[in-house]
Formats: sequence, C-alpha cells, structure tokens
Amino acid sequence: MNVARDTWFMVLRQARNLRREPIWIVMMIIQPMIWLLLYGQLFKNVTRLGGFGTGSYVTFLAPAIVVMNAFFGATWSGMSMIYDLDHKVIERFLATPASRLALVLSQIVRSALTAAIQAVIILLVSLALGVRIHTGVLGWLVIVVAAILVNSVFAGISQAIALLTRREATMIAVANFIGLPLLFLSTTMIAKAQMPGWMQTAARFNPVDWGVRASREVVLPGTSWGSVGWHLLLLLGLSAVTAAWAAQTFAVYKRSL
Amino acid sequence: MEAIGVDNLRKSYGSVQALDGVSFAVEEGEVFGLLGPNGAGKSTTVRVLVTLTEPDDGDARVGGHDVRRDPGAVRRTIGYVPQDSGVDGLGTGRENLMLQGRVQGMSGAALRARVDELLELVGIADAADRIVKTYSGGMRRRLDIALGLVHRPRVLFLDEPTTGLDPEARVAMWSEVSRLAAAESLTILLTTHYLEEADELADRLAIVSRGKIVAEGTPRELKGRLAGDAVHVELEDGAVEEAQRVLANAGARPEQVLDGRTVVARVDNGSRALPSVLAALESAGVGVASVSVSRPSLDDVYLHFTGRDFGAEDRGE
Repeated sequence: MNVARDTWFMVLRQARNLRREPIWIVMMIIQPMIWLLLYGQLFKNVTRLGGFGTGSYVTFLAPAIVVMNAFFGATWSGMSMIYDLDHKVIERFLATPASRLALVLSQIVRSALTAAIQAVIILLVSLALGVRIHTGVLGWLVIVVAAILVNSVFAGISQAIALLTRREATMIAVANFIGLPLLFLSTTMIAKAQMPGWMQTAARFNPVDWGVRASREVVLPGTSWGSVGWHLLLLLGLSAVTAAWAAQTFAVYKRSL
Repeated sequence: MEAIGVDNLRKSYGSVQALDGVSFAVEEGEVFGLLGPNGAGKSTTVRVLVTLTEPDDGDARVGGHDVRRDPGAVRRTIGYVPQDSGVDGLGTGRENLMLQGRVQGMSGAALRARVDELLELVGIADAADRIVKTYSGGMRRRLDIALGLVHRPRVLFLDEPTTGLDPEARVAMWSEVSRLAAAESLTILLTTHYLEEADELADRLAIVSRGKIVAEGTPRELKGRLAGDAVHVELEDGAVEEAQRVLANAGARPEQVLDGRTVVARVDNGSRALPSVLAALESAGVGVASVSVSRPSLDDVYLHFTGRDFGAEDRGE
C-alpha cells in the first residue's frame, strides 16, 4: 500500500537526518537519565508517606520516567514538520504521487519509534539501578507500548499545531505550556493517595497518567491486567483521534497553498 | 500535440487577484517561457499546473490530464523544480534522488542506474555522496533539476531556475537546460524575471503582468512588433512635453515617460537619427543629461505592452 510504503520511506529519511545531528542523539539519551537520577535521589524518602506500593522510589519512578520522556519528546515533534514546511520539502513531495497521509503519519511514527528506543535505554539503566519489573518480559513490552502510544497521542497534537501555526516560536510556547502542568497532574512522581482530591480527578483525564498507570502496574506486584489493558486501549483510541486531527490540519495547510 | 493547456485560470488570495484569467497553450517538445516581474502570477500559474494550488476558476491540462480531476496522473507526468528548492539539506545528493525516485514508484537497480545517470548528466557526480548543505548554489540548483527528472517526466516545470545564481552559473545553467531539453525530449515550461533568460531559452514566451498575459509569441516576433530602435533621452529639468514635441518634429515617435524625466521615443534607425535628434533638442533649448540608443529588447517589449518599466515593477515600485 502506498501509505505504508511512503510512510516507511519518510521515516527512514527522518531517522537518517536525526543520525546526522549527533547532539540530538546524545541529548535524547542523557536527558531521561538526568530525570531518573535527579528525581530518584531528590524524592528518595517520599515513599515513607505510604501508598507507593513499594519502598524503592526509583522502582516507582522508572516506568513513569519512560512515559514522561515519551510525552516530552512528542510535544516537540512538530518542530521537524515546521522545518520541512519552511524548507519547502513538503511542497516538493506534494507535486509527486507520494501519499499525502504518509507525509504526516511518518512524523508521528518517527517520533514514536524514537520514544520506543529511549524507553529501552531507560529501562536498561533502571535495571542497573536495581529496578526489577515484576511481570518480566511482558512488562517490558507493555512499558514500551505505553511509551509509543503516549508519544503518538501528543505527537499528533504537536503536528496539528505545527501545521496550523507553522511557527517555531508558537510550538515552543505550546510545548512549555502543556508540558509541566500535565506532568504534575499525573501520578508520575507521586502516589495517587498523596495527591489532593481534585488533582486525582484531573489525573483520570490525563493521557500522560494513563500511560504511567499502565506502566507502573506491570512493574509493581499485584498487577491488574484489566487496568493495563484499559489504559492502553484509551491511549490507542486517543492516538487515532489526534492522528486524524493532524491529517485534517494537513488538508487545511494544503488548501492554503 | 498539446502538452499544456490553460484556459482562463483565476486565483485570488484574500483581496489579491494573483491570476486574472490566464490562458495559453504549449506544444509538445517546446520550451515555453512565462516572463514577468515578481508577483505577476507566474509562480501561481506553475503551482496550479503541478497540482499544488487549486484554482478558483478555469481549466488546466498537463499531458492530457486535467489538474483538478486527475491530479495523480498529472503528478506522474511532470517534473517540478520549485523556486525554493525543497531539497533535504541533511541528505546527500544521491539520497535525495533515491527518495524522489521511490515516491515516484521506482526501485532497485533501475532506480540506482537512473540516479547515477542523472548525477553525471547534471554534473554533480563528484559530490553525489556529500551532504547537500555543503553544496554551492549552482550545485544545489543542478540537483533540484535532477530531482525533477528522476522518473523521466514528459513535462518539466522550472520555476525561476537561475534566481540566486551568479552570472557565470546562470549562463552555465542556460546551456544545461537547453541540453537537457534535447537529451530527455522534454516539454519545458519555465518562469523567469530575467529578460535575457527568456530570450536565450524560450522558443515561445508569454509576458505576464498583474495576473494577466499581455503578449505572447516567439522572442523575435515580440521584438518585431516594435518597429525601430529606442532612444532614451534623460532631461536635465524635466521639460517632458517640450522634449516630446521637439522629438516628434525631428521624426521620432515619443512613447513613454519614465520617472517623469526620461522620454522614450522610437526611431527607424537609432545611430542615423541620433545627431538630428540631438541638434533639434539643443536648438529648442531643452537641457539633455544623457541619451542612449538601444535595439529592441524584451525590456522594451515589456514596457510597450504594459506601459510600465520592467525593473521598477520587479522591485515592487
């Protein structure tokens, strides 16, 4: 199929470009490490408050850092679309039979694949820090899938904003605006029992929290597979919605030409 | 056979009427030029023909396919070399060409051979595996053209092919384009705001001004419609009407006034008429700052058909 084939070609192109900017690769690997080590140390004693399901804060934190990293990465994914729009790369492909859908989807797929690779790296470092994933290999798989889905949800939104505004400054503002609030309105760093009531309610509607919940379930003992499945399903549904929105904004962009 | 047919295209962006009823036809194998200043509507016309932009009204066919009803077929028929490149700067020349071929449905050994052939043809084989960011302007433009040719299109659109190139690279590009047109038996539609470029490359051309085509023909025909040479008389004190009267009495045909102080008149033979023209102006007491005589150029053609000075229009004055 044209869409799948062209998406793959475009993903390869973007992956190659990423490889040629080694500073990005270094940042992509170092940054989550910093979160993991810094937060892991800073909040080490917070588990004494109770409700964390484990005495080891880094075990509580590691799966959430994977999701947080996937989320942050996604909010920036529109920058690459703006680069391609600014350099008229997209226009050149629009005058060829290349699948239009692939031009948008490839950006989301590339972003999600990056998140998956980062997820594996973070998990390996966590392993070295003594984190044990209770459900084993299946748990690893769930965490990587959660990272992919959380990333897809927000990459879709990021692409849509990129296509609507076509300005880097706006992208940066939006990424900063939604980044920290959604992080703190989730159980990423703190147990649900320790959050104020209204925040617990807000977190239920936060896709970042859905990913954190699914990931943490498989790390700690007493895994509820129902909860894992439900949260992954919610993420899957929402990522389809945001991808559709991105595709629709691409049509808006084309009409403006 | 008609390669490109355009009937009464209209397109507006907000209150700006970019195309105001553009019509023309290009025969197979022809190099056709759209000449006009910046903002005249040349690029918009091309963008409609390569299916990037939807016209508000009118019809356009490329290679027998309607751009609105069958854009997919048009995209397979054409090569498009946009004004702003669109090359992926982080890829190598070869990688850009390979990807372009793949989205056109080519693959394997056939694609690799075609890419090698094109790299040779446009003369960037030595730089094929260098990242495009490191290319010079001329090399980049050659790559742009190669990108438009990967899938052996029948019709090639060149939007401002030499804008931004230094004069030497521009002349090199002209011979390149002529050679490619023959080697790949292409129909070419090119836009340019360089009068020399249109004169050099185009078999036929249309002059575009403010969204309309104001004249069409071979460069020779268009120049032929202007009988005689142009005499530009720059006046010291701007006594335009007096100067026009004196020139008319001296057997010249005053046409336009530029900047309120330069009178343009036409004479049958410039070098022969000049002494008597000068003498007449002097005896009438009209102060002359400078005089020049020129053979009809496309500049004059533009001035003649639009009543506007090409250079000033191009700078947006």
